[in-house]
Parts: sequence; structure tokens; C-alpha cells
Amino acid sequence: MSEAIKAATLEYATRLGDDSVVLGHRISEWISYGPFLEEDIAYGNVSLDYIGRARMFYTYAAELANDGRDEDDFAYMRNDREYRNLLLMEMPKGDFAYSQVRQLFADVYYTYVLPELLQSKDETLSAIAAKAIKETKYHLRRSRDWVLRLGDGTEESHKRTQKAVDALWGYTHELFDMDETEQMLADAGIAVDVSKLRGAWLAKVTEILTEATLTVPADDWAVRGGRVGYHTENLGHMLTEMQIVHRSFPGCKW
Amino acid sequence: MTEIPLMPVEQYERLQQRNDDRVKALWDLLDAVTDPEVPVLTLWDLGVLRNIERDGEQVIVTITPTYSGCPAMNTMADDITQTLKDAGFDQVQIKTELAPAWSSEWMTQEGRRKLRNYGIAPPEDAELDEDGLTPDAHAQCPHCRSRNTRRISEFGSTACKALFQCNDCNEPFDYFKKI
Repeated sequence: MSEAIKAATLEYATRLGDDSVVLGHRISEWISYGPFLEEDIAYGNVSLDYIGRARMFYTYAAELANDGRDEDDFAYMRNDREYRNLLLMEMPKGDFAYSQVRQLFADVYYTYVLPELLQSKDETLSAIAAKAIKETKYHLRRSRDWVLRLGDGTEESHKRTQKAVDALWGYTHELFDMDETEQMLADAGIAVDVSKLRGAWLAKVTEILTEATLTVPADDWAVRGGRVGYHTENLGHMLTEMQIVHRSFPGCKW
Repeated sequence: MTEIPLMPVEQYERLQQRNDDRVKALWDLLDAVTDPEVPVLTLWDLGVLRNIERDGEQVIVTITPTYSGCPAMNTMADDITQTLKDAGFDQVQIKTELAPAWSSEWMTQEGRRKLRNYGIAPPEDAELDEDGLTPDAHAQCPHCRSRNTRRISEFGSTACKALFQCNDCNEPFDYFKKI
């Protein structure tokens, strides 16, 4: 592996880890707040899948960095400006409809991203994708079912779900952006060229939202910045909570 | 006519692997290590234990996670190390291997029987739906063997299980998901 490719792969693995840990932590905020016990457990399970992915991506990033850091240093010892996650993942948990709509957008995204990542020439990234693909099928079935149920439910649930779709739509454009680093890796057969996936994502999301009697918003605004470390205020608050124990008791084991 | 299935290739290969003379005793030793969440299943039964090698004094054990975030993996690694240390092997290295991705197909026949007796329906006790996912009904109840059951939740008490309830005996039960 050339030095340039290695540095870019480290950055890419960190980004994918950041997406996973941030979404995984957000979902975990539902634990003990779910509408009923089984749903609470379901959120716990999905959260665990994402945190597991983050651990695999960070472990690989740490291996590439080879500077003494481990997976925990990547998760707990970087500040918000060092995080490179997509903004969609850091949006707060909101109400139940809001979280399920965000989950649907993410699950459909991974439904198309992971099979491409499986084809990566990088064996570790491909192996992580192989594990995650199986889990994502279950995630999507659940978020799809909930969006259908809430969108095509009561007047109140419909209203809230549409509001969530409208509020989150502008954060989905960033999901399909490429920058120099990812383009170089995509050309080398390592990273996924996400710019080619928006058509499939949009078709699938449109199909589900339409079935849920919801309206697909117009593309009239977009917020970007996660991949360069510009975040919404939400990430800082989340990281504060996520990192405080680790930072307060460095190296603590029990 | 009852069709008697042959042993799946993966299981045959695994059996060959553990019968290698150099490490056979170590495989037998690690049969004492079980899944902390499903204590009737050994790591061998589960298919998590992938390989054991000797390199001089060192024992190298390769494991693979069932699900990405399975929190039992750390405990399993600690238990393996402890079991080997207790038997006099001080230099133990645990390697985690992601590929090939773990599949419930790797679970041994003996493991499937033990799961059922423990009250968890093994993967083959339900027919998958058209998407290849856990169906919403008809997993076989491990208590009364009825097929008149329904899924209560896709996500059960651990990442690898879904929750069902039997309509005949009314008992809830875990179903070990096929992945």
C-alpha cells in the first residue's frame, strides 16, 4: 500500500467509524424511552450493531495509524471538530417519528453502500461490509415498517412523520458527496463512489414515503460539512455525554 | 420418505481441523468455554472458535464475532485465556478474524439440539420469509413443538435472537436468528 493510499484509507476508515459511532450512540438514547419494551430492546440491538461496526472501523484505523492509539482513542479522545461523520447521524433523537425517519434514510443508504464496500479491494473494509450487510436487512425492515405505520397512521402521527421528513431532507444530500480523498480511493477500487448511489436511494425512499402517504420534499436546501469537521451544535453535546467517563478516568478498568 | 441430510461441508471441514493431532488436546480443553449468554453452547458449537495454532510456547486462538456489536466477545476471549492459563499455557494470543463473516450455518448439530433443549429454537426451526429474514410466525415452539406461534419482536434479548410466543402453550421463547 502506498503512503498516500494508506493515509487516505486511514481517513476513510475513521469517517465510516464516526458515522457508525455517532448514529449508534444517538439510537442508544432511546433505551428506556421506547414506546414499549420490545421496541426498547430493538433500539438497543440496532445501536449495538452500529457501535460494533464503529469498533471494527476504528480498530482498522488504529492499525493503519500505527501510532499507539487504539479504538477507544478514536472514539473518546477526539473533539467534535475532529469528527468526520455525516451530519444526518448527529441530529438529535427528537420524537419517535423523527428517529425512525432518520433511521430509514440511513438504512436505505447502507442498503446501497455496503454491497459496494463489499467489493472493495481493501480486505478489511470488505470484511466489515460483509458482516454489516446482514444486519442492515433487519434494520431496514424495522424502520420501513415504522415509517409506514406512522405515516399512514393517525392524523397526529402523519403530521409528525412528515415534519421529520421535511426537517431531515436537507441533511441527506451530503450522504452522496465525494471529496478528493474518497475519489482517489474510489479510483483505486477501495472506497465506494457514493455519488453514483443517490438515484437508487431516492427511488427506494420515494417508494416507501409514497406508500406511507408522505410527501417527498423538494430539494430546496442542503446543509453540508460533516466530512470536513463542521458540525451542528448537536454533536458537541452528544460527545460530551459520550466521552465524559472515559476522559474523567483515563485508563480505568473494571 | 425421510430425507437424511449429509453433514454440511463447513462442518466437515471444521471437524477435520479439530482432529489435527498437534492441537486436538487444546480443542478438547476449550470445550469447557461456553457462550456467557447461552451457557449450554460451547464456543465450538457456536462456530465462534475458528482456529487454534501452536507457535513454540505460544497458543494462538482465532475467534470471529457473531454480530458486529456482540458484547459477549470480550468475555469469551477472557474465558479462553483463563482456561488455557489454568491448564499451564501462559502465552496466549487471541486473534479476531472478520472474514469470512460468521454464519449461523456454522453451528454444530449438537449445538442445535442443546439450544432446543435449553428452550431456544435453533435457526432451522423456522422457515425464512421471502426476504431471507425471520418470519412473522411458525417458528417451532421448543417447549411443546407446536408450529402455531407468532413473532413478538425481531430483536430479542441478545443480538442473535428474536422473540416469539406460542399460541398453543402460551410460552414465550427465543429464536436463534439465521444469518
